[in-house]
Amino acid sequence: MNVPDDLLYTESHEWIKREGDNVRIGITDHAQSELTDVVYVELPKMDRQANAKEAIAVVESVKAASDIYAPVKGTVVEINKALEADPGLINREPYGQGWIFVLKIDNADDLKQLKDAAAYKKQIG
Amino acid sequence: MPVQYTSIIEEHQAVRNNVGIFDISHMGQLLVTGPAAAEWLNTMLTNNIDKLEVGHGQYTFLLNERGGIIDDLIVYRIEGQMFLLVVNAARTDQDFAWLDRHRAKDVDLKDRSASFGGVAIQGPRMVELFRTLFGKDVDPPGRNHIVDLPFDGTSVSVARTGYTGEDGVEVFFRAEDAAKFWNAALEKGKAFGIRPCGLGARDTLRLEVCYPLNGSDLSPERNPIEAGLGFFVDLTKPNFIGREVVSKTKENGSPENLVAFRMQAKGPPPRPHYPVFDNSERVGEVTSGTLSPSLNYGIGMAYVSAPHAKIGTRIDIEIRGQKFPATIEKKPLYKKS
Repeated sequence: MNVPDDLLYTESHEWIKREGDNVRIGITDHAQSELTDVVYVELPKMDRQANAKEAIAVVESVKAASDIYAPVKGTVVEINKALEADPGLINREPYGQGWIFVLKIDNADDLKQLKDAAAYKKQIG
Repeated sequence: MPVQYTSIIEEHQAVRNNVGIFDISHMGQLLVTGPAAAEWLNTMLTNNIDKLEVGHGQYTFLLNERGGIIDDLIVYRIEGQMFLLVVNAARTDQDFAWLDRHRAKDVDLKDRSASFGGVAIQGPRMVELFRTLFGKDVDPPGRNHIVDLPFDGTSVSVARTGYTGEDGVEVFFRAEDAAKFWNAALEKGKAFGIRPCGLGARDTLRLEVCYPLNGSDLSPERNPIEAGLGFFVDLTKPNFIGREVVSKTKENGSPENLVAFRMQAKGPPPRPHYPVFDNSERVGEVTSGTLSPSLNYGIGMAYVSAPHAKIGTRIDIEIRGQKFPATIEKKPLYKKS
């Protein structure tokens, strides 16, 4: 399973990419392979403020609906509209075109709570 | 059976276009024998056993005194006074206990589930695979018929039935022959594009053709008339458990009916327990829902109040606080073109 070294991770299988004051968020290769066949994505509203671990998006496969959580406190500044027409991007490119939203983070120190690639690899075995 | 082996959508398409194999060893298998077997079963099950010739099966219900559905099952007449009941896995113990409690003299009841397994082979290429497995001149049994056939030094029972809306068979064998049969079917099935299929595909396939799932669409609180399955209840029989209530429901109509619906636009797939609305009035609840891989639309079944149960009625499904329009459709939702 692909777990890029340059990303951070959550226990709930989101990946986090630092981009200056922002973080880009998606779900991991492991998560998409468990869900399979993503058929619908409910994106968060722009400018929405979210607390860490707050559910702000939903990814639905044929199998089930899964909440996606804000990994840290912040404000939604970008959403991936391409997923509305092609939710399968999450399966095909979980770390690329399948990103879900971008948060402007309140406090960069919050990122220290997240897992690095080694810790996430250990979690998923 | 796992939820999926590779992908629900791929497994679903394999069954619609080629052939798929499901491990149904978890299903319960009860044997009823004895001089009074037929007469007694006719008082326990809703369909008419007397219409069953040896080697034939029928879909039927086991009801409680309130007419509620304990289980839906297929009963096969194996010999004059020997019947095989293939029941839902989760209900096997309950079915057995219920039948045992009401058992008549001269009736023997046995749960052979632990020593028998089964597979379902489903899809338009089933017959080709069947002949490769059993011999090129051997025909599969007729619809709803069951036969014993020799297979690789053992004997298996093959019934022409299924839960997918495709042509198919269900094959029952002794538990020790399970791996042998499964592996042979997968190996010989390669030429026909076979896929092992899981519970996920089983659910999307059955829901497209509106076969009910016990525990979701059927329950001890619902009777067969409400579920739209009165066809499998023979009210000309003088006596069977639940008859009175079912007969009354048929006469007076039921306050709610199980209907099939289709979402009007792309959106989140409907799922069990989502509320159903007519404008601001709550009129029912979804019991099964999914994204149909064949139609590429959200589909489902729901119990809705009788005035809203007519085909063509516009309803809304509430999903995470937002309403999405749907239409009540004729069953089945999917038909082979």
